[in-house]
Amino acid sequence: LKIAVCLRRVPDTTAKIVIGSSGTSIDETGIKFVPNPYDEYAVEAAIALKEQAGAGETVVVGLGGDTVQETLRTALAMGVDRAVHLQGAPSADGLENARVIADHLRAGAYDVILFGKLAVDDYGQQTGAMVAELLELPCATAITRLAVADGRASVEREVEGGVENASCALPAVFTCDKGLNNPRLPSLKGIMAAKKKPLDITPVSLAAGGVTIVSLALPPERAAGRIVGEGAAAVPALMQLLTAEAKVI
Amino acid sequence: MAGSAEYTGVDFYEMDGLLSEEERAVRDTVRAWVDEQLMPVIGPCYIEGRFPKQLIPGMAELGLFGANLPEEYGCAGLNNVAYGLIMQELERGDSGIRSFASVQGALVMYPIYQFGSDEQKKHWLPRLASGQDIGCFGLTEPDFGSNPGGMITTARETKDGWVLNGVKMWITNGSQATVAIIWAKTGDVDDPSSIRGFIVPANTSGYTGKDQKGKLSLRASDTSEIHLQDVHLPKDAILPKSGGLKSPLMCLTQARYGIAWGGVGAAMACYDEARRYAANRIMFGRPIGQTQIQQERLANMLTEITKAQLLVLQLGRLKDLGKATPSRVSLAKRNNVNMACDIAREARRLLGANGILIEYHSMRHLANLESVYTYEGTHDMHSLILGQEITGLAAY
Repeated sequence: LKIAVCLRRVPDTTAKIVIGSSGTSIDETGIKFVPNPYDEYAVEAAIALKEQAGAGETVVVGLGGDTVQETLRTALAMGVDRAVHLQGAPSADGLENARVIADHLRAGAYDVILFGKLAVDDYGQQTGAMVAELLELPCATAITRLAVADGRASVEREVEGGVENASCALPAVFTCDKGLNNPRLPSLKGIMAAKKKPLDITPVSLAAGGVTIVSLALPPERAAGRIVGEGAAAVPALMQLLTAEAKVI
Repeated sequence: MAGSAEYTGVDFYEMDGLLSEEERAVRDTVRAWVDEQLMPVIGPCYIEGRFPKQLIPGMAELGLFGANLPEEYGCAGLNNVAYGLIMQELERGDSGIRSFASVQGALVMYPIYQFGSDEQKKHWLPRLASGQDIGCFGLTEPDFGSNPGGMITTARETKDGWVLNGVKMWITNGSQATVAIIWAKTGDVDDPSSIRGFIVPANTSGYTGKDQKGKLSLRASDTSEIHLQDVHLPKDAILPKSGGLKSPLMCLTQARYGIAWGGVGAAMACYDEARRYAANRIMFGRPIGQTQIQQERLANMLTEITKAQLLVLQLGRLKDLGKATPSRVSLAKRNNVNMACDIAREARRLLGANGILIEYHSMRHLANLESVYTYEGTHDMHSLILGQEITGLAAY
């Protein structure tokens, strides 16, 4: 079983975001970057699939500047076998990123290709599905269960009010949702071993594509909450405000 | 838990830039483990006076035991800064959990690694690294704490081995350990140069470990008394390269090094909790963080934590170069644990009445740190060690 995981780095969810001087990107100074949390489900799924199969190879692929290598090594520390850094500046157009990733994966003879369902910084939700389309492979998005047997995959997806079961022939592309698994922490030995695992650097060039980021803006600051009182005594005042002022009841 | 939401550590001087990628990765992995596994259970464990035993396999799997020892023995082979960061993060959770890891690594695995035969190393180190065996370290006695050279536990050589007799006290992990490193005098009780280390399996006849009850500190850690009554051991139970008081003191230097880092972790936990509380607690119509008295508290905490971070980082770099002398380690243990005690107390005070509840962490740290201040060389003993270093005159 040959499995590829595509991984992105995102600002830590607790990081305080500041927009850079260009107005179209964030200022990365002092920000801690972590693997995109949904991609961690994909990494865990890849490692677990290989463990279950008892043989195979797991490869983590990351597109971006050199800083992505640290994120790739996190996946290696978790247990992925080797890494590929597609070295180039990602485009604002998801399709251009997908093209570069698909071009790399095409020759890899992968049985399973995994993505996170979205990256928590830009919420694009495009790359996985686009890569599947470009490779002309079946794709299931936002999966919460994945089982592979006899050249087929069966998955579960959480849909409105229920669960959808689906299956497809491999090779196929999946994007992973929360609930799929509980990603392992990299062990200390894993962290040390990651340094010795192969990390191949492949320069790529991306077309500008059809999307331009015009500007970024932070959400307006929320006004501070108001405490109207404590315990049961506060209920009448709270009801009054919810009906008369907030008009939610 | 009230104080632990989104703990992010303290890094006012961009110390992360002084750490390697691996060092940061190690720190982050242990921090995440503490968040996920330890924080949800530490409050109840502390109240019930119970060590969270169920966490041992996970700690072993991560590689937290003896992490700075070589890979050939099943250890992670980390440098001393990464090892220190592990201790820092564990103590951010609880000093008792850090104590467990300190004892296993620095006081049980280290002496076997340093003073043991090849057979002893090959047998014990992988078992201790994997948590298959739990160790304890028996040096202190009821009447010999700061003066371990006065110990009266004896090891008498027989024709086929050794017989140990004595009592050890204040032994972390003592009741749950499957193996103990016991220090005993092979010669006259007035002769500290006859102190040798012994590997004693806890199931040896005559060995009993019993928990000390009534602790108001380190309640999530087992502290025990060990009785050795005609404990017969084979000849190869002795640590062949151990000799004199210097051997156990070398172990303590290892452990004290980790404790100096641990103090930073406990202090960061308290500061983090105090900072958040100060921002959210409204009194007189404004956050208490907007009052000068709390701002001074927080400013002092941040200053002392930043100084302590720089101190242990340089000490760690020196240790990797073989230059972390015992007195340098004493300085860091003395400063950082005292600093952590002060910060825990001030944080608890900033938290007002809420600060006495187990839902908050500062008072638990405060109570724990009183033990940490006292063990592994009391604060006062480290003053005397430094005094001797400065003047060349021993005052003890």
